[in-house]
Amino acid sequence: MAALPIDGRDGALRRLSDRLVARPRLLVALFLAPPLLWLGVVYLGSLVALLAQSFFSIDEFSGLIVREWTLKTYGELFRPANLDIIGRTVTMAALVTLVGAVIAFPIAYYAARYARGRTKALFYLAVMLPLWSSYLVRVYAWKLILAREGILAWATERTGTTPLLDAWLALPVVGGPSLSISYTGTFLVFLYLWLPFMILPIQAALERVPGSLLEASADLGARPGQTLRKVILPLALPGVVAGSIFTFALTLGDYITPQIVGSSTLYIGQAVYTLQGTAGNIPLAAAFSVVPIAIMVGYLAVAKRMGAFDAL
Amino acid sequence: MTDPAALSAVRFRGVSRHFGATRAVDGVDLDIAPGAFFAMLGPSGSGKTTCLRLIAGFEQPDAGSIEIFGAPMTGVPPYRRSVNTVFQDYALFPHMTVGANVAYGPMVRGVPRAEREARARELLALVALSGFEDRRPAQLSGGQRQRVALARALINEPKVLLLDEPLGALDLKLREQMQVELKSLQRRLGITFVFVTHDQSEALSMADRIAVFNEGRIVQVGAPDEVYERPQTRFVADFVGGSNVVEPDAAERLGLPRGLYSLRPEKIRLGEIGFAGTVETTLYQGAQRRVVVAVGSDRLAVVAPAERGPLPVGSAVRLFVPPGAAHRMEG
Repeated sequence: MAALPIDGRDGALRRLSDRLVARPRLLVALFLAPPLLWLGVVYLGSLVALLAQSFFSIDEFSGLIVREWTLKTYGELFRPANLDIIGRTVTMAALVTLVGAVIAFPIAYYAARYARGRTKALFYLAVMLPLWSSYLVRVYAWKLILAREGILAWATERTGTTPLLDAWLALPVVGGPSLSISYTGTFLVFLYLWLPFMILPIQAALERVPGSLLEASADLGARPGQTLRKVILPLALPGVVAGSIFTFALTLGDYITPQIVGSSTLYIGQAVYTLQGTAGNIPLAAAFSVVPIAIMVGYLAVAKRMGAFDAL
Repeated sequence: MTDPAALSAVRFRGVSRHFGATRAVDGVDLDIAPGAFFAMLGPSGSGKTTCLRLIAGFEQPDAGSIEIFGAPMTGVPPYRRSVNTVFQDYALFPHMTVGANVAYGPMVRGVPRAEREARARELLALVALSGFEDRRPAQLSGGQRQRVALARALINEPKVLLLDEPLGALDLKLREQMQVELKSLQRRLGITFVFVTHDQSEALSMADRIAVFNEGRIVQVGAPDEVYERPQTRFVADFVGGSNVVEPDAAERLGLPRGLYSLRPEKIRLGEIGFAGTVETTLYQGAQRRVVVAVGSDRLAVVAPAERGPLPVGSAVRLFVPPGAAHRMEG
């Protein structure tokens, strides 16, 4: 034993690790280089290319792209049919986000403040489990649930609540021939699909709020509702904002769900898909995809001004 | 013991609080006189913090009753008690300014903005933090945060102020300074202060009454000198000031009547007369040396003034126990 020198091995790997330990900056650079390359070149590069495309236009007769700087394509966004698509998508995304936050908050609050041990594991499982199966399978499953002959209709029939369902379906805009062919259906599926992405960030934010802050608030005379408004919500806001970015952006960009469940009206995602594919109108597709980016930038600016990131 | 007819600031009768199988607080009776500076002293897990939380209302007793100035507290939530707390981690709201933190109490009670801001300024002046209103808690030092927590807890003019290990996170110099300030603040305001600590020197120097906790029970209540000089149990003797616990057999060898005694290390004299012993360990503490001396099969801690010179391990000494130095204990 005593004969073994302290540095028994002297391989190339060992020399490399010695060198890296002595130069922490080099190590950081090595770690960061691949993701930075990816983000900087591949992602930002494509984004710039996309942005550039949106300032081109298409020749309406030949269908060829005119590579001259113009705002004409953005002008096309303001045509009634296109405004309609944008308005519908943004409204849907906003509603999904809003309702998602309202549903997610109590779940996240329970998980962060009350669930311990096994219950907490169950919570994570319940939230993540849907993500294990294919997105398409889940959307089609919902189509079956919501269809005229689906399990929901069957359940309303058995419970005698069919008139309620019919009354809802008879409503303008949100109604339709069946839930699976209505805005309500699209909304429900989006809500289901993106809920985990709302719950988890809120839960993470709430997890970081020390219990003593809530006790201090009560100690100083705040009723539970006041503690919620003055302490819990402001401190959970970064989580809510993060979750809403997920749900909002995911809804804005989705082009499959509304195709399967819904009233076969177009959403931005579908418009981009069709325009860059069959229609071959890359500039307009690009202009359309700038819309969600612009909305997100605006949303983040508002959130920052409201102090959503002050506690970070 | 206080006069049972007088109104106590805080009164516990047979209070228990269990967490699963753990009896955090086990049948505690307690009377805290109005205007007292009361210390709850004990090792971690002795139930002192749970008692504090029971007074604040963060916990409800499983058995027994709690009264604050005669008002029963059963089922009364924290936000309806005239009690405020300085938390161990200060629990300042990170998303609010110092001013908003201090004004939080009046704010949730619906006091108009101008009035509560003026009040917050007064309180910040009281803790010598004038002009810090617009800072964030994160920009303050530990000592400053503690003052903010103090100002915030005092703004509602509580009848009882609870302090949970208030000085634990501060360095020694700041701690001593805050001890003096807290003491004088309490004297000026006349509010009952109840503070929890595991540091016996802190309890002795600040409190006018001390309850020593062990395993969910109060083992002794009394004035600091009483608890220090006349411990009633082996635990108190050992925990408060590290006294020598002299077992009955050893007592006979020291020429005392058979019984259990507490013998303060500083009361034993090292000199030319008395029992012969050998120095086993020696700990230099600046003004004094703490020495463990073996006398036959017994071990005694002795404090010797530093000017007595070094006491190397193995050197022969003589111990003299003056009459009346040993205090007889119950058990």
